[in-house]
Amino acid sequence: MSDQNENGTARGIGGFKVKAGLAQMLKGGVIMDVVTPDEAKIAEEAGACAVMALERVPADIRAQGGVARMSDPEMIRGIMESVSIPVMAKARIGHFVEAQILESIGVDYVDESEVLTPADEEYHIYKHDFKIPFVCGCRNLGEALRRIGEGAAMIRTKGEAGTGDVVEAVRHARTVLGEIRKLQSMPDEELMTFAKNIGAPFALVKETKELGRLPVVNFAAGGIATPADAALMMQIGVDGVFVGSGIFKSGDPVKRAKAIVEATTHYNNPDIVARVSENIGEAMVGINISSLPEMEQIARRGW
Amino acid sequence: MKIGVLALQGAFIEHIKILRQLGVETAEVRLPADLADLDGLIIPGGESTTIGKLAVMYNLMEPLRQFAAEKAVWGTCAGMIFMAKDIGVDQPLLGIMDIVVERNAFGRQVDSFEADLRIEGWPAEAKPFPAVFIRAPKLIETKETAQPIATLADGSLVAAQQGKWMVTSFHPELTLDDRFHRYFLDIVGR
Repeated sequence: MSDQNENGTARGIGGFKVKAGLAQMLKGGVIMDVVTPDEAKIAEEAGACAVMALERVPADIRAQGGVARMSDPEMIRGIMESVSIPVMAKARIGHFVEAQILESIGVDYVDESEVLTPADEEYHIYKHDFKIPFVCGCRNLGEALRRIGEGAAMIRTKGEAGTGDVVEAVRHARTVLGEIRKLQSMPDEELMTFAKNIGAPFALVKETKELGRLPVVNFAAGGIATPADAALMMQIGVDGVFVGSGIFKSGDPVKRAKAIVEATTHYNNPDIVARVSENIGEAMVGINISSLPEMEQIARRGW
Repeated sequence: MKIGVLALQGAFIEHIKILRQLGVETAEVRLPADLADLDGLIIPGGESTTIGKLAVMYNLMEPLRQFAAEKAVWGTCAGMIFMAKDIGVDQPLLGIMDIVVERNAFGRQVDSFEADLRIEGWPAEAKPFPAVFIRAPKLIETKETAQPIATLADGSLVAAQQGKWMVTSFHPELTLDDRFHRYFLDIVGR
């Protein structure tokens, strides 16, 4: 619809405000990876604020190898029909046709994700061209602001997907938030050189300094496996959490999903986090990051 | 004056920021005890299923209903769903306001939009309000003393008031325009 200013007339579908706005509605919540409509229903029932529809969770992508691509649209549709909460789906980095397909199906958010095998080793998708919003991964402030410059309406720190080891999620969140704190204490004459050094658009560097936070919502992802992990990321200062393999690769997904939701809401209340951590079955087995060869680290994908 | 914002999930910080800019004391509400000494409550946008489930798990439903029986409450988007008596599907609801609401009535995220709205009861010369609709619910019907206060060009009802209770299917907390927050503070002060 065009710009009209008559009372009550819609003056825009798919503007940046509504794209970034949906992410604001997800804050304080848990977004869960699901591979079937039944898992999606379990996630919704547990209190997930959105689900990520995919064919294989990162732990399986890691174990099985091969090229990881966008999921079958029919399978994504099945998940969209099974729940009332927003449904996200992943496209490969740089694969704008997969993103066009996801837009055509009508998913609520596209994750341009390093968890899938990149389709372009130099360029990401130009996300401003789309009516649906995108979330992208980052390891540091420069990467976050480059993605926002390309049109990402939500950011997640990458962590190391499919490991169940929270150490990289902590490293990336601390890096982004630490760089923002440093930026806030910088006089304006230093901003251009800072922008050059981190490879970020100057206008977004300036805006981040003024806001004292990223200009869009920032979740943590990659390795969160327990209620305590979720509360840890929230206390470090992210807006919400993605949990991938951590739920449906655990011993009791129903209990664990619910416990992680509760720990994310009550992240500042150790009594509650303690109570919900009790008796929730085995956590996913996990892979210690320090045992993972550099070549197998997913977070290194993205530029 | 002290206003609480239900902080189980969703865009509660956005409401708190605007209230603070207006010089109002605020509190995040996650447990029944957090409702003590509040003059009014905002239920923010977020996922209504998530908010409802957490409210049930943490025994907030009855305390919230008791609070609303005496004090002003404003629900935005998910908050509007949560306050409704009837939404046609089964999920936890406060069920205080005499309205029928349809979830995601405008479609999915691809259909989310912005619109300029004239608000009933506001001065005729007031600028239209820049309303942001995100996977928004719609008011299908207002009953008893509930009255619609904003309507889209296609006739969709998107805001209503019933005494000290107000609902908007859009998000004033996502705009720089603080008139709805000031309007709510007027209701609280009455």
